Amino acid sequence: MFEVISFYFFAIVTLGAFWITVMSKSALYSMTALAMGMIMISGFFFLLNADFLGVVQIIVYTGAVMAIYAFGMMFFDTIKEVKEKNPSNILIFVLGGLSALLVVIIFAAPMYSEHINALYPMVTQTLGEGDQAIEQVVLNSESVGVVLFTKYLIPFEVAAVMLLVAMIAGIVLAGKKMDESLTLMSDAEIEERGF
Amino acid sequence: MITVSHYLVVAALMFAIGLIGVMRRKNLLMLFFATEILLNAVNVALAALSNHFGDLTGQMFAFFIIAIAASEVAVGLGLLIVWYKRTGRLDLDELTTMKG
Repeated sequence: MFEVISFYFFAIVTLGAFWITVMSKSALYSMTALAMGMIMISGFFFLLNADFLGVVQIIVYTGAVMAIYAFGMMFFDTIKEVKEKNPSNILIFVLGGLSALLVVIIFAAPMYSEHINALYPMVTQTLGEGDQAIEQVVLNSESVGVVLFTKYLIPFEVAAVMLLVAMIAGIVLAGKKMDESLTLMSDAEIEERGF
Repeated sequence: MITVSHYLVVAALMFAIGLIGVMRRKNLLMLFFATEILLNAVNVALAALSNHFGDLTGQMFAFFIIAIAASEVAVGLGLLIVWYKRTGRLDLDELTTMKG
């Protein structure tokens, strides 16, 4: 019962927040709604016994990605409304729906296959002895750590290098003229150099 | 009773919303928000299937998708800032320098 209530709550709130993100005219409202949707998605992960993924979702998406967007929006003029001519014709909605249907088919196809076995099953351990023995799933973060640092060690390292490259790229792209200090210059100087 | 199909339907709805955003948004920053929605929708589907099969591989792929999303944001926002400094606009229709 608890699962049903929480699932529908998270589903409705997430979809509503994402709809605001897509349809809002103000960049600030859009970003705030996106952050709310991200937090609610972590609720899905906790419901699905993916505790570690839910925590990573909150830390990385809401903590890091949305913070980067918030800092990036300081460069843009976010208060005024975004002027864009949105082609709001029926074709876009139909195409969006059809592509989403395709995604469902892609993800649902393995469910009806009979040849799928769990290669990396959730680790269980036996507690107690004899008749009172119970199978208990080891903590999700523990089993994730075991799989991540054995089978997926190389992709993990490659992802680390990719994040480093992305960090350097972000610094190089956004950090032009960083060798001149804006705080030590007078207002006239800043006007003159056109920052 | 909530089954894996419920989660897949919600993920598909999220994906549809993200696709509608990608197709109708003309502001580059808003376009980035829509791509984040797409990535999140797939993450939910992967976590649901991972739970359904009792297999951790789906969660592993979700982790790597999160890492890719983080680096995409860093590089993409850097490019957006450079473009905004040069033109003062963030309109997709103005990126037509390759028009023949």
